[in-house]
This record gives sequence, structure tokens and C-alpha cells, in this order.
Amino acid sequence: MQQRNPNISKGVDWVMVWLYAIIIVIGLVCIFSVEYKTGDSVVQTLIGFKKNYSKQLYFFGACIIIATFILLTDSKFFTATANLSYLFGILLVLATFVVGKEIKGSKSWIPLGFMNLQPVELCKIFTALALSKYLSMQETDFRKPTSQLIAAAIAFTPAVLSIFQSETGLALVYFSFLIPMYREGLPPGYLITGVAMAVLLVVSLLFTSKTLLIGFTILAAILIYFNRRQIKRNSRLLYIIAGAWLFCSLFVGVAVPFAFKHVFKKYQADRIFSMVGVDNPFADATTANMITPEEEKQKQKKNDQQNYNVKQSKIAIGSGGFAGKGFLKGTQTQGDFVPQQHTDFIFTSVGENFGFWGCVILLLLYLAMLFRIVRMAERQRSTFSRVYAYSVAAIIFFHVSVNVCVTIGLAPVIGITLPLMSYGGSSLITFTILIFILIKLDADRQMVLR
Amino acid sequence: MPVFNQSRKNVIMLVFAGMFLVIILQLAHLQLFSSEYKIMAEEQGTFRKVIYPDRGIVFDRHGHPILQNTTISDLMVTPNKLKGIDTASLCNILGIDTAQFRNRIVELIIKNGRARSSVFEPLLDDRKMAMLNESMYRFAPAFYLQERSVRSYPYEAAANVLGYTAEVDANYLKKHEQEGYVSGDYAGMTGIERTYEKVLMGQRGIEYWKRDNKNRLTEKMENGKYDTAAVAGQNLHTSIDISLQEFGEKLMENKLGSIVAIDPKTGGILAMVSAPTYKPQFLSGSERRKHFSQLFLNPALPLLNRTVSATYSPGSTFKTLQALVGLHEGVITTGFKVTCGGAFYGCGSGRPMKCLDRGTFDLRGAITVSDNTYFATVMQRVIDNPVYPNIDSSLASWDRYMYAFGLGHKLGVDVPAEKKGLIPTPAYYNKAYGKGHWNYCSFRSVSIGQGEVDVTPLQVANEMAYIANKGWYITPHVVDSIEGGDHTGILEQYRKRHSAIDIPDSIFEVVHDGMQGVVERGTGGGAKVSGITICGKTGTVENYYRGVKQPNHAFFCGFAPRENPKIAIMCVVENSGRFGGTYAAPIVGLMIEKYLKDSITDKGRLAEVERLSNLNLIPPRIFVEMRKQDSLRHSKDSAYLIAKGYIKVIKDTVGIDDGDNEDELSKLTTDTSKKDNKKKDTTNLKPKEPALLPDNKKKPALADSITTTGR
Repeated sequence: MQQRNPNISKGVDWVMVWLYAIIIVIGLVCIFSVEYKTGDSVVQTLIGFKKNYSKQLYFFGACIIIATFILLTDSKFFTATANLSYLFGILLVLATFVVGKEIKGSKSWIPLGFMNLQPVELCKIFTALALSKYLSMQETDFRKPTSQLIAAAIAFTPAVLSIFQSETGLALVYFSFLIPMYREGLPPGYLITGVAMAVLLVVSLLFTSKTLLIGFTILAAILIYFNRRQIKRNSRLLYIIAGAWLFCSLFVGVAVPFAFKHVFKKYQADRIFSMVGVDNPFADATTANMITPEEEKQKQKKNDQQNYNVKQSKIAIGSGGFAGKGFLKGTQTQGDFVPQQHTDFIFTSVGENFGFWGCVILLLLYLAMLFRIVRMAERQRSTFSRVYAYSVAAIIFFHVSVNVCVTIGLAPVIGITLPLMSYGGSSLITFTILIFILIKLDADRQMVLR
Repeated sequence: MPVFNQSRKNVIMLVFAGMFLVIILQLAHLQLFSSEYKIMAEEQGTFRKVIYPDRGIVFDRHGHPILQNTTISDLMVTPNKLKGIDTASLCNILGIDTAQFRNRIVELIIKNGRARSSVFEPLLDDRKMAMLNESMYRFAPAFYLQERSVRSYPYEAAANVLGYTAEVDANYLKKHEQEGYVSGDYAGMTGIERTYEKVLMGQRGIEYWKRDNKNRLTEKMENGKYDTAAVAGQNLHTSIDISLQEFGEKLMENKLGSIVAIDPKTGGILAMVSAPTYKPQFLSGSERRKHFSQLFLNPALPLLNRTVSATYSPGSTFKTLQALVGLHEGVITTGFKVTCGGAFYGCGSGRPMKCLDRGTFDLRGAITVSDNTYFATVMQRVIDNPVYPNIDSSLASWDRYMYAFGLGHKLGVDVPAEKKGLIPTPAYYNKAYGKGHWNYCSFRSVSIGQGEVDVTPLQVANEMAYIANKGWYITPHVVDSIEGGDHTGILEQYRKRHSAIDIPDSIFEVVHDGMQGVVERGTGGGAKVSGITICGKTGTVENYYRGVKQPNHAFFCGFAPRENPKIAIMCVVENSGRFGGTYAAPIVGLMIEKYLKDSITDKGRLAEVERLSNLNLIPPRIFVEMRKQDSLRHSKDSAYLIAKGYIKVIKDTVGIDDGDNEDELSKLTTDTSKKDNKKKDTTNLKPKEPALLPDNKKKPALADSITTTGR
């Protein structure tokens, strides 16, 4: 079956490659606009490996080499080594607890000399592969709850580990694996329950438990009244409604106050509440003060810092207007007003320099990439490739939407990169590998991989 | 198996698209529909930097710069670069200890942040500059020197004429709204700095800069496309003779008073001395505010420009003008004689005006000996002149003369805060006495320059120029020309001659004769200068301070030489307690000699200069007040001022024993209260506008109160 074909470009989805390259170049331009100061010699700094845009350029070069290697690799390699690589990934994450280097408050980096590697970032690839592998196994019946549990365990183990490294943002990314699972037949009820829980959580933050209890009771009464005929026929419905009411009431009346009083630390509670725009009503009642006032102060400072970041980010984007201020003319970008602008807040430089149109075009590029991946996924013959493709789409989607939402003030500050654009070797290489394994798998889509 | 789930692809794509739509909507909200972020970005990201041009330079009549700019360096520090700097040796140079150093740095960080540079030590003096220049490399890059332009005064003179610049306050900004001042700007506040502000300030430039997150300016916007260049201020050429000015200030040391000297041909002011004065440098530089309050609170009022802002009764100097009026009105002739039997009895008995030189005088003689009776008679004839139907019209006619002589109205000199003085009009007396209830005798003291008549020293000097020119004057002014052209037309008014009433030269000749006699054989002998024909007139002016009679003011005015006059001059020595000839005349004589002969070489004359300069004629009440202030909260400041020698006046009076004076003063005060009660009706008669500052010239004097006469 396998053809010995020296032409690596055979079957490669060039649209995908172009989208990938264009977004990286835009990213380079943006990093350049952040760092460049009038009078710098462009060529010299670009090859100097001193400035971030120069480094990013070298990372891009490394990515091209990595991509070439991936395209030269046999597709079967990925299926064969999926579980092994997952194990490797987990070990790498665990290794950070021992040899980890602390950068920006989280000890999740392994210094490699020329760059710092973040295993959790890399682990996304392995998790995607492992999940694909598991779901594509013939003995797996995804309709069974056991299989669903195993799949969830595969997807969320790295997430749990990264929470221990206080990289909550990266942990959240692993929730994106719910999308391929959903595609593979995860009952929508789970997702709906999940969303309902999220809504419940938000509501419980917004209103006092008393109002909510009354509201739930009224809601339950109304439901019972309108469904009284069905209930007569099938009394199970009544139990479901009663159960849901009891759960909600307990959640609002007991679990939430307990969580905020005893589980979350004050700064965490504050941040959660500030997310929905409410002052923390448990501010004085928090007993989970396992941290010293000193630490508390530091966390508070971090919160203030984040508020400042978001404010500056919104100013930069908002001041861009319709057409933007023009390349290298953004006063906020040039004045270094937005902290971390070359990494997590790179989107602000697009917003300021190129305005609303620039943002829309960039977002459309990302959307085109996502749709392209979905299209690629659907043309796969093997489940492995399809699950993998959806995983990639889900990860990119999660990264892009959360990152952009942070910069425009729709989400709390979570340290998450903008795929292919943010400065950073880890992130860039991770996404390159993710995308190019997909391209390779897609190139071999005629094969059935397991 | 999983094919049946394919429709879920659409749900997933819908979720993707939906999320992106939300993002785009929020972007539209931020970027298209709300302007607050644009405004905030502009506020924090750009900076409008004003470039101040150098102010214009002021030259004296010989081309010496008397007000110019100098650059003084500030020592700047950027706190975040301080690591590894040899602070100990820097402290040595600046003369502070390391604790002070640390405190200052902490203060600056609190005020300005770590990354921005702030002034560590402003306005370094020459010694520190020299030491720093040598070793600056050791303190770089945390410390550097930044030059700034400061007004400097090469001569320690003419403070009141030149004025000072100061930061504009809210009031100033309100008044000059359309002129582009912003708070923090400097503008001329007094003197010609104020009058010629628009000319001197030049045109400010504006640069638009980008600013970074630490508030540092990074680069110009669009390479300076929107910038405007600064244009330096225009230079001024004045008629001041700086050596004459310095000489005048020396003569007026330890005195209250003023000297004004005018070139009668041009109206250009040669010297304008107001004593006490201060060193102009005192109000330039970093401690201006502190110094200002010290000067402001000084009871001798060094900030007051007495030449234009103080008004006095002219005393006997007024008589020269009466002579002109009398002759021109034809009520007297040159040969008209009046005999003084000891007093003027034209108004019957009561309290007659005394004259000191008994005898019979013609006009020339009357001027020479300053005969009161003569001029009381002259004015009586003017007022009771049958040509006029009533006293209103005759007094109005007399007023017209006075206005033509430059009295009773502002002359329009280019030094601010000019007073208009007082020339009584019929309306004035109608208001005071009621129409028809007054006659010449109600105000006969006006004829000898006492009572309801006030002039500024500048007006008297100008009146001398008028007499010297035989009938015309040019409005006195300090600035002759503006380098690069007078674009505002401000100098136009100083080009034309004023001669409202045409009086024949022959009349002036008679007055000149009398005035020459004053110096050669009359009351003003002290002004005599060998080889120069000086015409002059003395004046001794009664005055009251808060109702208390004070020692007389000594006046002397005149011009020289008689033929082709080059200088018209007026000198006031306040409260000197003697006749005008005693102190004012010799000062004028020396001033004339200095100006016309360029220098004084004769030993006797030089000794005279020293004698006059050291003479202390400051009235005791100043010391009483100063003492009061000292004992309150200014003791430190005054000591500081004296130690630094900033106030020239108080030089040798620090140790004066003022206990006695205080007693005297309290006695005087009790006296006045009685006096005031007696004279209620007359004090009420003075509806003069309240004097701005010089209370020392307030007097309830009316005709009846005059007992002494001018000489």
C-alpha cells in the first residue's frame, strides 16, 4: 500500500499551508511593530537574534525544518507512537516539578538554553494523538460511559497537572477536547449539562442564594404544572424535576458559599467575581486563608496589574478606529503601554495599527483556517485522522477566541497565546507540529490508520 | 459507525462562527462606536511640547545690555540609573550629606517616578558648575546637566523699570485667554517686561512628541510634520543711561523717594530711581517666590515703583506752572509785584499762609525765593478773572492748563501702574462743598501745591521737560526702539509732541530766569554745578500718614542746561523733614553733573556723593513696622535679606534703637485722634480715590490746615 514517493508535497493541502504561513508573517510584522524603535537598523536587528522579532524569525525557520521532517515521516508513525508520546508528554510535565524554571510566576518551563520549553504546551499534541488513537481503536465503543470516562481521563490528566503548576489558562485549553468527543458521539446532554452548570454558576455569582432559591422553586412549580399530564403518565419526570431543583438549591445554597468561604483563596474569589462584574460578597468571610498577608498583597497586585493590562489593551485596540493608525504609527504600541504586547497581547497591535478592518481580516483568516480543518476532518477515511483534525481545530479555536476575548475585555485575563502570532518558540512550534501532523495525515487520507 | 454523527460538523462550525461574530461585535463597539479609548490613547500617548524662545534683550542708550538671558544648568537625575554612581563625591561637591541625598532621591521618585528624569539641584552656581563640569563623567548616565534660559541683569540696577518675569497665575491666564499661555509659563509681571511682553516673548514653538508608558518622550510625531518653530523675542533699545541709573540708586540709598530724569528733546527716560529698591537678580531664579514675599511684606515697599505709582502734593514746584498760567492769562505781568508782610491776607484773617522771606518781589524774584503770597495772589487773580462768568469756568480754564502741562491724567509712560494724580475740578469742589458754597479761599493752598493736588514724580519731571522745551513735551517713555521693527505700533504714542496750549517763548524765558535764580541765589543753591546753567525749583511738602503729620517731603525739580536743555529731572526724598533745597537739590545737582559731564572727578563732589549716599533719611515708622514684623515671623527672612545685601536701603540701620521711636509714634497717634475729631468736616471733604499703596502721603490737609509754607 505504501508508496515510496520522493515527492513530499503529494496530497498536501496547500490552502492550509498558505493560511499557516500568512498568519505567521502577520504575527512577525506585529511583533516587529511592537519592538521596533525609530532608527533601528532593520536588517541588522532582524538577523541579530537579539530582538524578539528576530528570534521569532529564527523560530519560524526552525518550524519550516520541523514541518519538512513531519511531512517526510510516515503517517503510521503517529498512530504507532501515539500512546508512547503521550506517556512521554506526561513525564515531561512531571519533570517540570523537579527541574522546572519559574517564569512569570509559574514553574512550568524547562530551560533548554536557546529557548524555554513549556511541556504543557507541547503535551497538547500528544494528548490529541492519544485521544485520536483511543477513539479510533476498534474495541472502543464511544457510546459506553466507560469509554467516555477513559477518553476524558486521557484529555484532562495534563490539565490537572498544569493546574498544580498554576497554569490555569493552559489547563482550560484541554476542555477543547470536548469538541472532537462531541463529534464522535458524546451525548449532547453532557455538553448541555455542562453549559447549564456554567449558567448556574454565573447566576449564582450574580444573585443572592435567597432570590435564587425562590426563583428555582417557582420555576420547578411552573414546570410541574405544565407537565402534569406527562407526570401522571410517567412519574419519573417528577423525580427528575425534583432532583434538578434539589441539586440547584443545594448548589446555590450550600456549595457556592462553601466554595467561596473555604476552597477559593480571596484573590481567586475576587477574580471570579470581577469576571461577572460583581464585588466579592464573601470578601470578609473567606476562611481559606492559607496564604500569608504578604502573598495576599502580591496576588492583589497581580490582579491590579491584570486590570491595567486589559485597560491598556482596550485603549490600544479602541484607539485604532476603523482603518487603524498605520504600521508603526500606533502611539500605544510604540509607547510600550500594553504589557506583554508581543506575547499574549499581540492582537492589540493589530487593533491599533490596522484598525477594525485589520482585525476582521485576521479573524476571517483564522475562521477560514478552522473551517478548512473541519473540511479536512470530514474527508478522512480513518477515525484517527478525523478525531485528530477536530482536536486541532478545537485547540486553535479555543486559543484564538479566548486570547482575543481577553484583549477586548470579554474574558478574564488567562495567559493564553494567539496561535502562530504570539511571540514564543514553545507556542509557535507546538502549533506548527499540530498543524503539520494534520497536513501529513490529510495527505495520506486514503490510508486507513488505526 | 460514526458517519451518523456527520451533521454535528455543522453545529461545530456554527459554534466557531458564532464566537467570532461575538468578537467582531465587541471590536466594532470598541473601535467604531466609542471614542473614549481614542481620547484616552491621545492623552497618554502623545505630548505637546512647548519650545520657549529666548526673550528679547534690553539695551540702554549706549548699547549696554541691561537685561538679557543667561543659561544656568540644572542637575538632573534619572533614579533608575543610579546604581554604581559615586554618590559620596557628588554629595561633597553639592555640599550635602548622603542622608539628604537619599531623601531627595526618594522624594523625586515619589513625585516623578523612577524612569523619568527630574531636577536634583536647580540653578547651579558657578562654583558647583565648575566642579561638576570636571567630573560629570563619573556621575553619568544617572546625572546630567540641563541648561535653561533665565533672565539675567548685568547691572544691579533699574529693577523697578525693567521688572521681572514670573509664572502666570490663574488670574493672568483668565485675562490673557486668547494669547496661548498655559500654566507654568513665564510672563513679564512688572516694568517693561510687562509692557513689552508681546514683543519680548517672541513666538513659541510647539513640538508634538510620542510618549511611552513611563512618560518619557520617545520621538517626534510624523518626524515633526506638525511642529512649529520658535521665534526669538525682539530686542529693545531704551533711553535709560545705566550708569546714571546706578548713580541715582546710590544717591538714594537709605532713603525713601525717587528720581526721574528725562531727555526733554525725546521724552526718553534717562533714569528712573525708586528707593528703596532691590537687586533685580533677586526675583529671577529658583527662589523667586520666597524672595517675592519678603519684598512684598517689607514696610518700605521696595516693590512699589514710586516714580509712577506714588503721588505727592507738588509743593512749591507747582509755582512755576502758576507763573506760566498767570502770565498767559494776562492777569499779571513780568513786572507785577507783591509785597509779603509775613503772610497772605487775601482771604482775610484766620489762618493766613505765611511767607518766610518778607519783602517785595516781582515774578522772577518770587520764583527764586519761592514766595507763597505772590503765587496765592497770582492764582487768586486767575480764579477771580472777570473774563470768566463764574468760578466754575475760571477753575475749568485753570484745569485746562494743568492738563496741558501733563498733570491730572496718566501720561501714558511705558512703565505699568502709573497713577493719574489729582487736579481739582469745579465738579470736585461742588461735590465737596456744594455748588456755590466755595470760592478761591476754599482752596488757596493749591496755588502753592498743597491741598487737593497730587502729582507723580514722573509728571513733575515731564512738566520740567515741558518748561525746558518752552511749550511742548513728548510722552516720557523708556523704550526708544524695537529691533526688527515695531509691529504692534506700541511706540507710535512716543513720537508726537504735546502742546495743547500755545504759550509764547517770552513767558517761558521769564520762568527760566526765575528758576535759574533759584539755583544761583535762591532756595536751590544745593543743586549748583560749576559750568552748567541749571534751572530748578525746590519744594517742601507737608504730608500725613494715617492722619499723623509726618516730616516734610523734600522736592527738587529742574532742567539743564538752560540753553538747549538735555536733562529734565525731578527728585523726591520722602519724609526728610527739611526743605527741598537741603537734600533733593544736591542730589539733582549731582545727577545733572553726572549726566552732562559724564563723570564726577572733583574730590569735593565725590565726598558729597558719599555723604548723601550714606545719609539715612528713612522715617522711623518704617523701622517700627519692620520691628513688629521681625518679632512676628519675618525675623529670619529679614536677617537673611540683610545678610545677603539684597535690600540696599537698610544697610546701616539694623542696629537702630527704636524703643524711643515707638513711644513717639504712640504719642503721635493719640494726638491725631484729637485732631481728627476737631477736623471732622474737613477730612470728609476728600473724596480722592484711595491711594493704592503709599499711605504715607495721605493727608487731611485742606486750606485751613496749612500753616507752614513751601520754600
